[in-house]
Amino acid sequence: MSGDLGTPRRLRDFSVHGVLAANSVITREEAQSLIERTVRLSKADAVSVSVQSGRETNLRFADNQMTTSGATTNTTIRVQSVFGKRKASVVTNDRTDAGLRRAVEQSEAIAKLAPEDPEYLGELPAQTYEPVPAWFDATAELSADDRAKAALTALAPARSANDLTVAGYIVCNASATALGNSAGLFAYHRSTNANYSLTARTNDGTGSGWVAIEDNDWTRLDFNAVATAAIDKARRSRNPVAIEPGRYTVIFEPEATANIVSSISGALQARSADEGRSAFSKTGGTKVGEKILDERVTLSSDPRDPLVLGSPFDGDGMPVTRQVWIEGGVLKKLAYPRFWAQKQGKSATGGANSLRLAGGTDTIESMIASTERGILVTRLWYLRAVDQRTLVYTGLTRDGTFLVENGKIARSIKNFRFNDSPLFMLNNLEGIGAAVRTAGGGSLVMPPIKVRDFNFTSLSDAV
Amino acid sequence: MTSRRDFLKTSGVSLGALAVGPELLRAAPAFGSHPLLRPLPPVYTDPATRELMMEALDAAKRAGASWADVRIGRNRNNSVNTREQQVTNVVESDTMGCGVRVLVDGCWGFSATQELTKAGVGGAAQEAAAIAKANRVAMDRRVTLAPAPAHPNATWRSAYTIDPFTVSLEDKVGLLLTANAEAQKVRNVRFVNSGLSFVKEERNYANTDGSVITQDYVRSWVTLSVTAQANGEVAVRGPEVVQPAGRGWEYVLEADVVGNAAKWGEEAAEKLTAKPVDVGRYDLILHPSQLFLTIHESLAHPTELDRVMGYEANYAGTSFMAPPEKVLGSLKLGPPMMNLVGNRSEVGALATIGYDDDGVQPDDFHIVKDGILNDFQTTREQAPLLDWWYTKNGQQPRSHGCSYAQSWADVQFQRMPNVSLQPGAQDLSWNDLISATDRGIAMIGRSSYSIDQQRYNAQFGAQLCYEIKGGKIVGQLKDVAYQMRTPDFWNAMDMLGGKSSYEFGGTFNDGKGQPSQANAVSHGCPPVRFKNINVINTGRAL
Repeated sequence: MSGDLGTPRRLRDFSVHGVLAANSVITREEAQSLIERTVRLSKADAVSVSVQSGRETNLRFADNQMTTSGATTNTTIRVQSVFGKRKASVVTNDRTDAGLRRAVEQSEAIAKLAPEDPEYLGELPAQTYEPVPAWFDATAELSADDRAKAALTALAPARSANDLTVAGYIVCNASATALGNSAGLFAYHRSTNANYSLTARTNDGTGSGWVAIEDNDWTRLDFNAVATAAIDKARRSRNPVAIEPGRYTVIFEPEATANIVSSISGALQARSADEGRSAFSKTGGTKVGEKILDERVTLSSDPRDPLVLGSPFDGDGMPVTRQVWIEGGVLKKLAYPRFWAQKQGKSATGGANSLRLAGGTDTIESMIASTERGILVTRLWYLRAVDQRTLVYTGLTRDGTFLVENGKIARSIKNFRFNDSPLFMLNNLEGIGAAVRTAGGGSLVMPPIKVRDFNFTSLSDAV
Repeated sequence: MTSRRDFLKTSGVSLGALAVGPELLRAAPAFGSHPLLRPLPPVYTDPATRELMMEALDAAKRAGASWADVRIGRNRNNSVNTREQQVTNVVESDTMGCGVRVLVDGCWGFSATQELTKAGVGGAAQEAAAIAKANRVAMDRRVTLAPAPAHPNATWRSAYTIDPFTVSLEDKVGLLLTANAEAQKVRNVRFVNSGLSFVKEERNYANTDGSVITQDYVRSWVTLSVTAQANGEVAVRGPEVVQPAGRGWEYVLEADVVGNAAKWGEEAAEKLTAKPVDVGRYDLILHPSQLFLTIHESLAHPTELDRVMGYEANYAGTSFMAPPEKVLGSLKLGPPMMNLVGNRSEVGALATIGYDDDGVQPDDFHIVKDGILNDFQTTREQAPLLDWWYTKNGQQPRSHGCSYAQSWADVQFQRMPNVSLQPGAQDLSWNDLISATDRGIAMIGRSSYSIDQQRYNAQFGAQLCYEIKGGKIVGQLKDVAYQMRTPDFWNAMDMLGGKSSYEFGGTFNDGKGQPSQANAVSHGCPPVRFKNINVINTGRAL
C-alpha cells in the first residue's frame, strides 16, 4: 500500500501480456508530457486539456453462478480550444501525435464557428493543490484470482445452504485525472476504489438482504462479514406482512440515509437558488443564513475526509477545500462555480460532492430500543424528484424492512413507497448515530438516523 | 507498442482506401457544404478492421477459448447545449477500441483495450481468457449458447438520410437559439434550456462461428425545457418535448422546434395557474409521450429474462413475472385487446439494429399476446432456458437478438429491444378517447417516474395534466401523479387508440447491469384509457 502520488507499480494482471504500457493508468509524467504536447499543437488563443485514464476490473455473480467478468482500460483526452470567447471541446482516445493533432484542429475548427460564450472567464492560471493520498496498490494490482476467491466467500455458503440464492458484484477502479492549459495550469490526481455489493435471497422468494462496502483500499474490505450480514438479513426478512401505509417513525440505516439525504446536494447550487427555482430560493433571494433544519444537522464536504478520499481539484482545476454547507441546521453557503462566483461577488467553492452528514452519539440499537412503534429501513430504491421546489422525492424501501415494536424488531414487513423530502425529515429528527462510508454510490459519509412522521403512501408486493 | 499509424502501415491498407471506407479513420468534419447533397458512403467491413478482429479471435482460441467474439467500435457523440441566448457547451467526442469476450470451459471472460494493434487486441484476448480461467474455481454451471446462423459478410445501416456529423455547428446553434427566442417571447417565461445530442456508432463484430458484421448506427435527440415563473410559482415544460429517434438530422428538422417553441412556452406559462388535483380515482388517458415510459418500466423491464432468472437481483432487481414455468401462457396482464411486441425492426426506433452483439439477426416476438404473457426478451445464453416453452409451442428455440453493449469497452448482456403496444382494431384518436370520457385526466409528456425492483408498484407524473369533464378538456391540473400495481393497472385498460395515433417514445439512457450500461430504446404505442386509477397530489409547502 502506498498513498503517495509517485509512479504506479506494474499492474500484475497485465504483466503476462507484455503490453503493460498500453494498459496501465497514466502517470503524472506521462500526463504532463501528453498535455504539453497537446498545448504545443494549439493555434488557438487559449487551450485546455483534460485527461481521464482508468482501468476497471470487475466480477459478477448471480443465481449462485459466475456470470460476466472483465477488465477495461482506456484513456481519453479532452481538448478545449478558445478564440476570444468562442470555445468548443473535442474528446478522443487516440494518444498518438496524429490523434492529438486531429483533436486540436477539430476543436479549433468548431470553436471558430461557435457563438461567443459570455460566461468564459479565461484560463485558470497555475494553482497549488494539497495532494490527497487516495491510491492503493492493493486495489490497482488486484488479480482475477483475488476476485474469484472473494466471490467464493458468498457463493460457497449459499450453495451449501440450500435455502439461499446470492448475486453480487466486485468492482475495482484505478484512475487518474490530469488537467492543464496554455496559462500554465497543471493538476494530477490518481485514486483507487474497491466496491462490493451482495444480495442474498431466500429460495421461497419472500426474503432479501443487501449489504455493500466500499473503500479506496481493497485490503480493508471484509468479504466474509458481508456474506454473513446479507444472509442473516435475507433470512430475517422472510414472510413479510402488510401493514397500513401512513406516517411512521422510521430508523434509516446509513445506506438509506445516503439514498435520500444526498438529494440535497443538487439544491445547493447557488445559481438555481439565485434564479428562484430551487428549494433554497425565497422571494428576492436565497435562504442562506436561515435555520432550515434541526440544529443537529451539519452537512459538509472535504476531499481529505479520511473515510472518503476525494480529489484535490474540481473539473475546472480549482482547488477543492473543506466546505460546510449546513451547520447546526443553518444554511451556511451555496456552491459557486467560477463564473457565478465572480458574477455574484462570491468565492468559488467547488461542487457539493462527497457529502458528510455529521454523526451523533446514538446507535441503531439505541434508536430501536427507544421506539415504541416504528419501521427500520435497510435501503431505498428508485428515488426520483417529484417536486424540485420542495425536494419531495418518491421511492421505495428494499432488501430488509422491519416493524419495530416496544423497543424491539418485531417482524419483517412488506416494502413501502414514500413521498417525502429530506428537508422535512431532517426537521423531524429523533436521533443520529455514527457516520460511516456508504457504498451505494456517490462517495457519501452518512449516519443512521431516526425521524418521526415519515410519509409512506402505498404498499409494494416486491421482495 | 505499435501506434495506430504503424497498424495502418503493417496492415497494408493505404490511407486512400480507408478514407472511402466505413470511416474507421478519423477525419475532421467538413463544414459549409449542404448536407442534403452528400450521399451516404456504402457500409462495408474495412479489411484492416477485419484483420484485427481475426487476430483477436485467433489469440482467444490459442489461449484456450472454446468460443469467442470481438467488437471493434468507433463511438462518436456530438452535443450542443444552450440556455436563453447563449451556447453553454459544444462537445464532440470520438473514441475507438476493441472488446473481446471468450468462453473457456463454460466460463465467461472479457477484456477491452483502446490499443487497435495486433498486440493490443491479442493482449485483450489473452486477458479475457485469463479472467475466464481464474473464474473456473467459482464456477458451478457451464454457459451454453443457443445455436445461431453465421453471417460471414453482413452489413446494416440505420434509417437516417442526413448524417448529423456533417451538419455545421452554425446550423445546430441557429436552430436552438431561434427556438429559445420563440419560447422567450411568451409572457412569464423566464428560462429556456435546449440541446442537441447525436450519436454515431460504427459497430464491427466477429465471432468464432464465422460471422463478420459491420453496422452504421445513428441516433438523435433534440430537447427543450421552458421554465415559467410568476407570483412565487415555478412551472416547467420539457425537456423531453420531442422524442429521440434512431434517425439523423432530417428528424430534427421534422420536429420543427422553432415552430413549436412558443406553444411549449405557453403550456409552461398556463401551468402557473393550474388547479391542484383533488386526490381520488380517475379515468386516465395517457398520451404516447407519457405512456411509453409506463410500458418501459412496468412491462418491458420485468420481461427481460435475465431479471426473471435473478441475474439482476443485486442491482436493477428481479421480476414479478417469475418463474417462467408458472407465468408463460397463463399470466393475464391485460384485456384481450392488449398485444405487446418485442422487436429491433421498427424503422426509426432506437433499439432497431440489423444484428445484435451475439451476432444474431433479431426477430419480432409477442411478449404479450391477447392479454396473456407469451415470451421473454433473450440472448443466445438465455434462449436455452426456455427450450421447454418453445418446444411446447412448436417453435425452434432461438435467441430474440437482445444482446447489447453500450460500447466496445463494455461486455454485452441482455438489453431491451423496442417493446411496443400494438394499436387497437378501431382507428380511434386522442380526441376520440377524450370525447368518450366523462371524468378523467389526460396526461402528456414524461415526468417523475419510480418503480419497485420487481415492477409491481409504480408512480408516474406527467409534464402536462388536463382535467376532462363531460368529454372535454377544461383546464390544466398540477401536482398530479398516479400510483399503480402493474397487473391491476394494465387490466384496467379499456380503450386503445388506433394505428393513426401510434407514436414512439424513448430514451438514450436506460440503465441496467453492473457495471451500469446505458441502452437506447423506443416504445411505440397509441394513446390508451385506463379506468378508475388512483391519483395522488404531490404538492407540499416548505
